[in-house]
Amino acid sequence: MRDEVTTAGILSVNDLHAWYAESKALHGISFEVREGELLTLIGRNGAGKTTTLRSIMGIVRKRTGSVRFRNEELIDKRIYQIARKGLAYCPEERAIFSSLSVKENLTLPPVLQKGGMADDELLKAFPNLQRRASSQGTKLSGGEQQMLAIARILRTGSRFLLLDEPSEGLAPVVVKEIAELIRKLKRQGFTIILVEQNLRFARSVADRHVIVENGRVVDILTSDALSQDMARVQSYLGV
Amino acid sequence: MFDAISPQLLFGQLLIGLINGSFYAMLSMGLAIIFGLMNVVNFAHGAQYMLGAFTAWLLLNYLGVPYWGALVLAPVIVAAVGMAMERAVLRPLQHLDHLYGLLATYAVALIVEGLIRQRYGATGMPYPSPINGGVNLGFMFLPWYRFYVVIFSIVICLGTWLLIEHTRLGAYLRAANEKPDIVESFGVNVPRMITLTYGFGVGLAALSGVLAAPIYQVSPSMGTSLMITVFAVVVIGGIGSISGAIMTGYVLGLVEALTKVFYPAGAGMVVFVVMIIVLLMKPNGMFSSPERL
Repeated sequence: MRDEVTTAGILSVNDLHAWYAESKALHGISFEVREGELLTLIGRNGAGKTTTLRSIMGIVRKRTGSVRFRNEELIDKRIYQIARKGLAYCPEERAIFSSLSVKENLTLPPVLQKGGMADDELLKAFPNLQRRASSQGTKLSGGEQQMLAIARILRTGSRFLLLDEPSEGLAPVVVKEIAELIRKLKRQGFTIILVEQNLRFARSVADRHVIVENGRVVDILTSDALSQDMARVQSYLGV
Repeated sequence: MFDAISPQLLFGQLLIGLINGSFYAMLSMGLAIIFGLMNVVNFAHGAQYMLGAFTAWLLLNYLGVPYWGALVLAPVIVAAVGMAMERAVLRPLQHLDHLYGLLATYAVALIVEGLIRQRYGATGMPYPSPINGGVNLGFMFLPWYRFYVVIFSIVICLGTWLLIEHTRLGAYLRAANEKPDIVESFGVNVPRMITLTYGFGVGLAALSGVLAAPIYQVSPSMGTSLMITVFAVVVIGGIGSISGAIMTGYVLGLVEALTKVFYPAGAGMVVFVVMIIVLLMKPNGMFSSPERL
């Protein structure tokens, strides 16, 4: 069993519990992510998807259980220590800094490991950001802010990305662009956990889906199984 | 009314106003930096300013270190004490209501002042001016040391502002003011950054204290009396705004001076009258934008 874990998964979450102040948000989440895989967390609002990402990253401090990344325990580590192991997090609210310019936002994350994208590479890959480099970060459109939020974490060189609802609130054409970007990252070998409510979006990019309900994992499906059994998944989502 | 005022009186008071404004600006800037990152209203700021002056006095009287040495050493020593205090007292309170941080720093201020009063007494001790003489401008006599303090503080304020608004280091600070967890998720050691930033703010207070030592007497309560006005300056400028703190500091120093010339009885309260007016009209202060509160 243990050998299987080390060879199969680069991140394994085991019996993860987490609390916000006194209220418990996660009741024993367990799943595993393989290298190069794109895994989605699917579930209703408040199911615990965002909390799972924030607990892996250490942003939710009060948590128990185990989060092992490349066989190293992260549960007792601080946020910056976890980041330095090679995980990067892009929050749902995008967290663009209003007191920083677009360029400053983009170049803020330090290079943590080899393989981070250089500034000129990033600007070439995201021409919109180049054009608006000196405007205030929060003056960008929602889509541009999302691009900026993803672009800047590529600078660190982290190969494991936690992306929280990148498609949320964006126009269909922009959602398509984001999906294309995520596919490209996957082709480049990034391992990604994606929180997503948009099933079509999730199905179009992901390998497997972890269904989260009331702070627990209730099902894990491949994309094929998801397509075949949409009815069941939609019942989880209550749509 | 106007012909009764001699240029000596007017310009003399304006110089005093500029000197006071320099201290208001430097102290409120330090408070703004600390508040911005830590959300702690550093009530120990006045005590740390006093410690700067006091350390300079001790260095001179026990070790023979002259003013210029103390100008570097005292801020470093006091900043180190401040950083130890951040680790020991403020960090454990970090995730509680910010009121606890305020109370803790106030307690530290009272303890430090009490200990120094106990050991050295409440009366002020003189500190010799490192630059003597001055220049007669015709309408007034300008002591060189005061001229130097005004220039020095402007350089410090501008330098700090440039550091925060236009460097990469400053970008980290501004970003961490807004969303510390996100900055930390980029792999930045934010806890260490908080300690260093607190040390920097405390160092600025101590530096102001060293500058003040030859002008005012070195006494345990020198910080307390000044800080009441400085807190008003911070409230007027907008809590957490660096440029706001600097500009408000100088302007209010001058406003106070002009009041002393034209309506001496009101000089002691003019800053607080301005504060009330600003609070009524712009509760967040003159220079604060909502995001940077």
